[in-house]
Amino acid sequence: MTAESPVRPVTLTMAKKTTTVYDVTKHHLVPEHKKLSEKDTEELLKDYSITAKELPKILSSDPAIQHLDVKEGDIIKITRENPHSGNSLFYRRVTNG
Amino acid sequence: MHKELEEYKGKLPDKLLEEIEEKCPAGKLKKVVAKVYEEYEQARVDPGEAVGLVAAESIGEPGTQMTLNTFHFAGVAEMNVTMGLPRIIEILDGRKEISTPMMEIYLKKPYNQGDGIKDVAEAIRQTPAGEFVEEFSINVVDMQIDVRLNKERMKTAGLTTAIVTKQLEKGLRDANVKVKDDDIILKLKSKDVKGLNELYALREKAKGVYVKGIKGITQVLPVKRKGEFIIITAGSNLEKVLELDFVDTERTTTNDINEILNVLGVEAARTSILNEIDKVTEAQGLNIDHRHIMLVADTMCASGCVKGITRYGVVSEKSSVLARASFETPIKHIVDAALVGEVDYLNSVVENVMLNQYVPIGTGLPGLVTRQIKKKE
Repeated sequence: MTAESPVRPVTLTMAKKTTTVYDVTKHHLVPEHKKLSEKDTEELLKDYSITAKELPKILSSDPAIQHLDVKEGDIIKITRENPHSGNSLFYRRVTNG
Repeated sequence: MHKELEEYKGKLPDKLLEEIEEKCPAGKLKKVVAKVYEEYEQARVDPGEAVGLVAAESIGEPGTQMTLNTFHFAGVAEMNVTMGLPRIIEILDGRKEISTPMMEIYLKKPYNQGDGIKDVAEAIRQTPAGEFVEEFSINVVDMQIDVRLNKERMKTAGLTTAIVTKQLEKGLRDANVKVKDDDIILKLKSKDVKGLNELYALREKAKGVYVKGIKGITQVLPVKRKGEFIIITAGSNLEKVLELDFVDTERTTTNDINEILNVLGVEAARTSILNEIDKVTEAQGLNIDHRHIMLVADTMCASGCVKGITRYGVVSEKSSVLARASFETPIKHIVDAALVGEVDYLNSVVENVMLNQYVPIGTGLPGLVTRQIKKKE
């Protein structure tokens, strides 16, 4: 069904995994993830003239952003390293879904 | 960076600017960079271009030339790799279970030089109880199985009778496991054992019980690559392998995209989709532009998890009823939409094609805005 189907909102707190001995962020497949400040978020949305809802999503349980202390609605700035065209920026909105 | 190049920062990719600075004499820099910028602007995709369609064609055409086979891995028998079209389909469908999961395990410094690499590899492999057993003898009188263990093999693997017993207990729910002297005795729990069939079945089950190693890794193969030893495995378990202390956690990967998603996140899964498709096209000698694959990978990962290009994945995310119905199982979608009273805003392509309207692509995208000038009276 569509993303906008009427569903009763339920708040769930997930227990975070604590026994990771390895650092996910250092893995060569994982690009740099950064939380965007409120001011930068505003600028970004104005720059592309979009709303936050139109951005691609990232789950709040995503392993690559566990060290960032994020909440729903935050924007994550991702610096992708591409061997073909150098670095490029990508943005994702945090969701709980 | 040069002054002339500075003003193009942000307009041109950094990599291009670096290349210009490196290869161009300083005197002609300004002219060259202006020309490059002009060319770059012309090469850009126009707004409203149907990039998805172009990507579909560009991936689909080489796909017709792909082979349909799986390849044997050099080195060991029985180690296959799914390649060619089946692998592409598997990746793009976002399958949870892939047909030949594989890992490339990189090792930390002293281990990657080759000393004792066999022991390291053996430690990773999932080993069933059957490999540590000298003999299963079936005792018909007492209706039990006497298991004599192979002490030598257990010693090299660092196992004790107690560990094996514990694993057998865990693995065999319907049997009592007892230790007598150095042997292990298996007895069926249920009283009404009619024939020997149950005992034989128990023996086969006991052979396959997991005792050691990492679950899922069925075969290991140490190989030398670029001056260091790595371990290639059949079967995959990224999470457990990364927890081992001799494994290089920064470079070790798997070809199971779903596993990467769970352990390393969406962005890593996206990169992995690109890498895996590149691997196939390269092996087949095909040339698909990287940007088409990037578009597909981005679409698959837009929702925060990996969605395949199937009616259960990406297509089910479409907001338009008609667009969904046009893909597969149309009646189901239309009936479901009618039941909840869904509204179709006709914002996209397919639904407008169906209704014989202008498609919002290319010149169909912009609307016409007029400003009325009032006539002077």
